[in-house]
Amino acid sequence: MSESSLRSRFESLLTGDPGLVIAVLGAIYLAYILAGIVFGFTVRGHMNSLANLTFYIAVFGMLALALNLHWGYTGMFNIGVVGFMGIGVYVTAIFSKPPAAQGGAAQVGGLGLPLGVGVVAGVLAAAVFGAIVALPALRLRADYLAIVTIAFSEIMRFTFMSSTFETFTVPDTFDLTILGTTLISFDPVADTVGFGGGSGLILNYASPLEAFLKFLFLWDPYLGLVDFVGEYAIQTNPKPVVDSLVYGLLLLVVVGIYYWLLTWTGESPFGRVLKAIREDEDVANALGKNTDVFKLKAFVLGCALMGFAGVLWYAGRGSITPPSFRPNITFFVWIALIIGGAGSNTGSVLGGAVFAALLYEGPRYIKNLIEAAIDVGDGPGSFGQAMAALGSFDPVPFLVYTLNSISQLRLVIMGVVLIYLMHNRPEGMLGHRKEVASSIDLSRPEGSVHEEPAATDGGEKE
Amino acid sequence: MGVSERYSRGRQFVVEQPLALVVGLVVIWMAWFLVEGLVTGRLQVNNVLGYLWDGLLRGLIIGLAGIGLSMTYSILNFANFSHGDYITSGAFAGMAVSYLVAGFGEADIGSLLLVGAGGSVFGGALGVGIATSPIGIIAGMVVAAIATIALSLVIDRFVYKPIRDESGIALLITSVGVAFALRYLIVFVFGSRVRGTTAAGSQPQLRLVAVDGYLTINAHDVTLLVVAVGLMLGVHFLLQRTKLGKAMRAMSDNEDLARITGIPTEQVVRSTWIVGGGLTGVAGYMFVLWKGTVGFNDGWLLLLLIFAAVILGGIGSIYGAIAGGIVIGLTASMSVIWIPSEFGRAAAFLVMILILLFKPQGLFSGRTTA
Amino acid sequence: MSETTETGERTTAPDDEAQGRTRYPLQVEGLRKTFGGIVAVDDIAFEVEEGSLTGLIGPNGAGKSTTFNLITGMNDPDAGTVRFNGEDITGRAPHEIANRGLARTFQIARELEEMTVLENMMLAPKNQQGEKLWRSITPGVRDNVRRQEEEVLERVWEVLDFFEIEHLAEEYAGNLSGGQRKLLEMARALLTDPDMLLLDEPFAGVNPTLEKRLLDHIHELRQDGYTFLIVEHDMDLIMNNCERVVVMHQGKILMKGTPAEVKESEDVIEAYLGGEV
Repeated sequence: MSESSLRSRFESLLTGDPGLVIAVLGAIYLAYILAGIVFGFTVRGHMNSLANLTFYIAVFGMLALALNLHWGYTGMFNIGVVGFMGIGVYVTAIFSKPPAAQGGAAQVGGLGLPLGVGVVAGVLAAAVFGAIVALPALRLRADYLAIVTIAFSEIMRFTFMSSTFETFTVPDTFDLTILGTTLISFDPVADTVGFGGGSGLILNYASPLEAFLKFLFLWDPYLGLVDFVGEYAIQTNPKPVVDSLVYGLLLLVVVGIYYWLLTWTGESPFGRVLKAIREDEDVANALGKNTDVFKLKAFVLGCALMGFAGVLWYAGRGSITPPSFRPNITFFVWIALIIGGAGSNTGSVLGGAVFAALLYEGPRYIKNLIEAAIDVGDGPGSFGQAMAALGSFDPVPFLVYTLNSISQLRLVIMGVVLIYLMHNRPEGMLGHRKEVASSIDLSRPEGSVHEEPAATDGGEKE
Repeated sequence: MGVSERYSRGRQFVVEQPLALVVGLVVIWMAWFLVEGLVTGRLQVNNVLGYLWDGLLRGLIIGLAGIGLSMTYSILNFANFSHGDYITSGAFAGMAVSYLVAGFGEADIGSLLLVGAGGSVFGGALGVGIATSPIGIIAGMVVAAIATIALSLVIDRFVYKPIRDESGIALLITSVGVAFALRYLIVFVFGSRVRGTTAAGSQPQLRLVAVDGYLTINAHDVTLLVVAVGLMLGVHFLLQRTKLGKAMRAMSDNEDLARITGIPTEQVVRSTWIVGGGLTGVAGYMFVLWKGTVGFNDGWLLLLLIFAAVILGGIGSIYGAIAGGIVIGLTASMSVIWIPSEFGRAAAFLVMILILLFKPQGLFSGRTTA
Repeated sequence: MSETTETGERTTAPDDEAQGRTRYPLQVEGLRKTFGGIVAVDDIAFEVEEGSLTGLIGPNGAGKSTTFNLITGMNDPDAGTVRFNGEDITGRAPHEIANRGLARTFQIARELEEMTVLENMMLAPKNQQGEKLWRSITPGVRDNVRRQEEEVLERVWEVLDFFEIEHLAEEYAGNLSGGQRKLLEMARALLTDPDMLLLDEPFAGVNPTLEKRLLDHIHELRQDGYTFLIVEHDMDLIMNNCERVVVMHQGKILMKGTPAEVKESEDVIEAYLGGEV
């Protein structure tokens, strides 16, 4: 490979889609940092807010990418995203939590397997449930599939919440005895397993970051980094801040992997068939493609990726409870995808970032900024008190009430933004028509048709 | 290719053949479990009757709210995910008036109109209830209907009308935005706390002897029954006897045809929202009156059950919506006989999923709106 | 399975099969389909000779498109059999039938709008390795996928050149004119490497110049050994180009024969031509 082609590749990296992503991310971070400086954040406050921002940009990026495979590429209307996330993280928890005897008898135990095994199991479980949903449901028309998937995700939440599946006692030994001979005698470490019911599961395994870095033998250098930060930036207790920041950055790497994986999926004969299914399934069928199989594979892959995103979102949070898996999350992902533009992987990443920065974290960040700058006090406890003050021409209580309600109001904003987009820009920032579904450049091959295969050799890089 | 053949054939076999068998076995098992339970005393007759009564009333609410959803689904051709929040809106609007009437002079008007947001007043203390404040209840019901009609017309004008010709999916996604905005505006104004609404203890009730115990029927049960059945009959006459009903039926069958034959479709759309919105608002109000609590999530949580009912009954059929509502209500309530109570709604969803998979045109299909 | 024996003697079967393989790629027998009580196709039987251009004509609602749908597996027939190259393909899934070498186009061109002409074309070829997900996303293996794609691409450009739509290659299919869509559809069907093509009104909405070009292509392809069955409204076109004609009327076959025979048939004139010819 020549130097000039390397350079042109590098240039296309900056001018093409990756450049766009970098520019948007850069703008977002710049805005956050500048706003933090203006409003007088401490270094710790800065790093915390950036870590938080990074985390949400990454998880929404991943989820939007996975959903884009379903909806943007294949036209499968899945609004059960959060169900697959929940399966992923719950199964991971069950596999990797220590047995109750070690973790404390008051809570439900787990199988005590390494976290890596748990994550794989969680992702596989999400994939299997994806297949279970997909096998019968993929032939349904879009709005019916939507209703089936959201009902499925609610059924999963009821299951997590239910006292029936709260905890099971695992027998001390499993014996497989046939004709009087014991073939296998298995002594499981677990004593109790289950979903923990309404109070959820405490994730009392090693922190995912620690497990991951130890796996790569990077734990000691990492602790060195923490010490460094403790020396020069945050004197007291720097580790949690560094932890979350590094975790966020690792998640961005995962977004990169999702992007790469889904770009290869889309830019291939496989992705071409998915696109054809989205446009007109009958045509794909008439061209000899077994569309059911393609849809099944795409659905399962997307569900596995959603399950993994669920693991990455919740596995480091200390505990999980069923209310985290309400359909709202699913709709957040949808809004992110629609902002970015269904059908485009780059758009999905951008949509995730913009959604996380402006709609999901933005309002809360503004609240933090204002609270850091001025002492707003407690404010009125209800809308009535706020309005009463407004009636006597004192807008302050109303504004404080609004500020305190920002968590709820941002959902109003999301709703309005979604309506606005559907009215004015349903194709989102990038829209459908962006990425050509082929693994190669489709312009006319250089050698003419009649030449010998030598022409193709030239196109190959070794 | 061998794989794909086996795949599709295998699925066909798995899906079609043993299904009837499985359903049959399940039904037999359920019947046996019920009878055996009653005979051995594991189940009490009065409890079973209680579930039945509860399921019927719940079903009436679902059916009443389902009529509106079914009508918009077939006439405007999209699944309206904001329908649940119309229900909540009706509930809060109606309750605000009931609080105002019941508690006028006892507490400040702001607290009453906000249905006691922030714990300022309590419906129980105000005596909200059909026996203790009948005017308040009737006024609340009327306002619930009017407010929800107004809300649905305004939303239609500014949200749905501009994109009337878009696909059903685009409208569905838009309705999710409406649902979010509406639900969390309600939170902003009324607060997120679930609160008691009625003086349930001061309403008269009837204790019917039921073999091994009593079946308790209270005044709000009866109110719900009377109102729901009355309104359903009203809709029946509206659709059968009036020109409007005829036009609506034509629209839901074939919009293009209706347009050609000169039925003013926008007017029919408006009428649909008026009828559907009114019923939905009343359903929401009756729901919170009946269960005695109100919260911002009430309608949303009911929505999937309503979808279940509408799909079960066949989209576009109002009788189907009513019948589907009752079936779904009974399923959700009575399933506790066989499965843990926390899966009542899951059972209803499962019924819906099965219908979608095997009889997506619904159980009462054939005649769309009639 | 054994229900069909009533129609014929068992002894004729080998003969039929031998014939089917050599002379009649497509044989339709006793095909019947009802939609909600209305008989769309009523007990029809015909065969298409290898390398021929056979026209399927009839007034609107005669059941021509339904016949196509039954042959290609888009609808399941209530009764009857469809044989392709001697094999019973009745009721098989559309993709299975397409993969056996029976390609079709649609009455209203169904291009894949938000895909470019090139993507449309690249979609069609059979046995693309990259249609297996794992091959497309496994480093190393993907290189093989790319290599095969490059071969496919060459053929795609050849066919684009052949149909003279190479200047539209980068265009989104949704932006093409009606006639161009018809060309695209036929080109795409050809790329599935079929033995036989079923074209549903390939000339509808096509301007005369394009129509002539399309016809030339069809004749050229016939000389290469492709078999065609064409639904068409334009009588003159069918009479001038087909060597066999099947006339349908009200779901039944009114007659089969050469264009000359059909032209002379009283029945056809009465039912279809209305004395025009």
